[in-house]
Amino acid sequence: MDILTPMETTALLLSLRVAGVAIALGLPVAVLAAWVLGRYNFPGKTLVDGLVHLPLVLPPVVTGYILLVTMGTKGVVGGWLYQTFGIKLIFTAEGASLAVAVTSFPLMVRAIRLSVEAIDGGLEAAARTLGAGPVDRFFTILLPLMAPGLLSGAIVAFAAAMGEFGAVITFVSNIPGQTQTLPLAIYAATQEPGGDAVAARLASISFGVALIALMLSEFLAHWVRRLIGQT
Amino acid sequence: MIDLSIRQRLGAFTLDIAFTAEERGVTALFGRSGSGKTSVINAIAGLTRPDSGHIHIGDSMFFDSARRIDVPVEKRRIGYVFQDARLFPHMTVRSNLEFGLRRVPAADRRIAFGPVVELLGLGHLLDRRPRGLSGGEKQRVAFGRALLAQPRLLLMDEPMASLDAARKAEIMPYIERLRDEMNIPIVMVSHALDEVVRLATTMVLIGEGRVRAVGPVGTVMGRLDLSAVTGAQDAGAVLDLTVERHVPEDGLTVLAFDGGHLTVPRVERAPGASVRLHIHARDVIVALQQPVGVSVRNALAATVVEVAESGPSSADVRLAVGGSFLIARITRAAVRELDLTPGRPVVALVKGIAFEPGSTGLATEGRRVVDV
Repeated sequence: MDILTPMETTALLLSLRVAGVAIALGLPVAVLAAWVLGRYNFPGKTLVDGLVHLPLVLPPVVTGYILLVTMGTKGVVGGWLYQTFGIKLIFTAEGASLAVAVTSFPLMVRAIRLSVEAIDGGLEAAARTLGAGPVDRFFTILLPLMAPGLLSGAIVAFAAAMGEFGAVITFVSNIPGQTQTLPLAIYAATQEPGGDAVAARLASISFGVALIALMLSEFLAHWVRRLIGQT
Repeated sequence: MIDLSIRQRLGAFTLDIAFTAEERGVTALFGRSGSGKTSVINAIAGLTRPDSGHIHIGDSMFFDSARRIDVPVEKRRIGYVFQDARLFPHMTVRSNLEFGLRRVPAADRRIAFGPVVELLGLGHLLDRRPRGLSGGEKQRVAFGRALLAQPRLLLMDEPMASLDAARKAEIMPYIERLRDEMNIPIVMVSHALDEVVRLATTMVLIGEGRVRAVGPVGTVMGRLDLSAVTGAQDAGAVLDLTVERHVPEDGLTVLAFDGGHLTVPRVERAPGASVRLHIHARDVIVALQQPVGVSVRNALAATVVEVAESGPSSADVRLAVGGSFLIARITRAAVRELDLTPGRPVVALVKGIAFEPGSTGLATEGRRVVDV
């Protein structure tokens, strides 16, 4: 028996894909940002810190609107992408990924930064005296030690990305099969007569995904901490 | 040859250190906390960069401001044992030990894994994580890790400062074995005189960012003008002696040096072995003639070299005993009454000796000063 209708399955799979792509692309940038913010002091740090956290406090609709203006086919960046590479973000699943990548970015940075700040800087000095260069140190010392924050940050951000509504609908609209992620499908269902059952089923799925993600995050972080000898 | 001359501004004070020392053995940078000792070895390691000067070890030039040379830390191959061990928490002891080793080309590996594990007694710890190790065990792993990186020089920053007396006694013999068996020059920072006396070949006395004295330990310790820097309580001379014979019926050992003999409680070393003693100034008595009817058994013919005030009522007298020196702390009144002026022949009575526990296998393990 099919629990979900094809439309609902499409929305779920699309959500997973959109969130997956967003985290995969956002994570390296988040690691870099967390590393720089957690380790170095430089002029304008407060501003950079503020910009990183902005999507957390801005109404998601505003984030979506900013993306629409800048990344739309007539926007500064979006226009260039479209003219040069033929890449169109607006009204596409890739655009949805970009929107949720931006809104979930601060969540990743915060979690990873906590891990970075907990790493004893002396370990890096020790690695240097043992002949490890910067890239070597990053992969053998820093990355493993920031792994707990990296994992829990990525999972929580993934769950949040799956649930992002405002930025997605503003930037890429609500097109079934293309940009209609779970929350957008729930919203659409509530707008239709007799859509309550659909909305309820989709809401339950969202609920389940979010809960599993949070539990997984805790569990994995604990497991990794043990793996790297912190507990 | 270790040839170092550095100037570096550190907040309110300026480090201005220059000395040369032979590479063989242990060069100890000794001074109070905050005197700038650690800054010196950080500069040698390359972790900090002096404003000017040069750091040459043998024929390697690691830093030379005039020639614009500044070899990066990871290229210097200088081992560093940090005060707080700094083991990598996410790796096993084995991976920690191999971290530096794996980054050295196979052709350059002179120091092998097995012997180092053996030397430091790490065999049973290899699969464990640093977290579960005791302070002494961590420090031993840190020694091994630094050694296996095939360093051409080994730096130690107060490697025993975070350890209690028992752990320290456990670690000391390992450092002695590193010094005696590995043939790698060691530069050690310490503010504990007993460590310096026991381990060092050359002593560099540092105070307020400057070198106050440099030379063999016995020579530096024998100087009267330095007791304020070495710490008034520990003022005293250092003698290097050899075991001459044992007197089993009395439980004694006779030690010889160029100034005569000292009889001490039994030392578990074979005749011919060398022993270093620290003789505190307060344990040396000065007499004008060979005394009779006294319980003190160690009387050495000596000559007064120098007298210096060391307190409101006390004076330190530097005595030449053969080619070595002793220091006696006595009252200024005694100096006057005995007319102790340079050149005057006297008898030095030694009533106490500080053995460094463990170094001699002495039965009175744990007690620092034994009566003789």
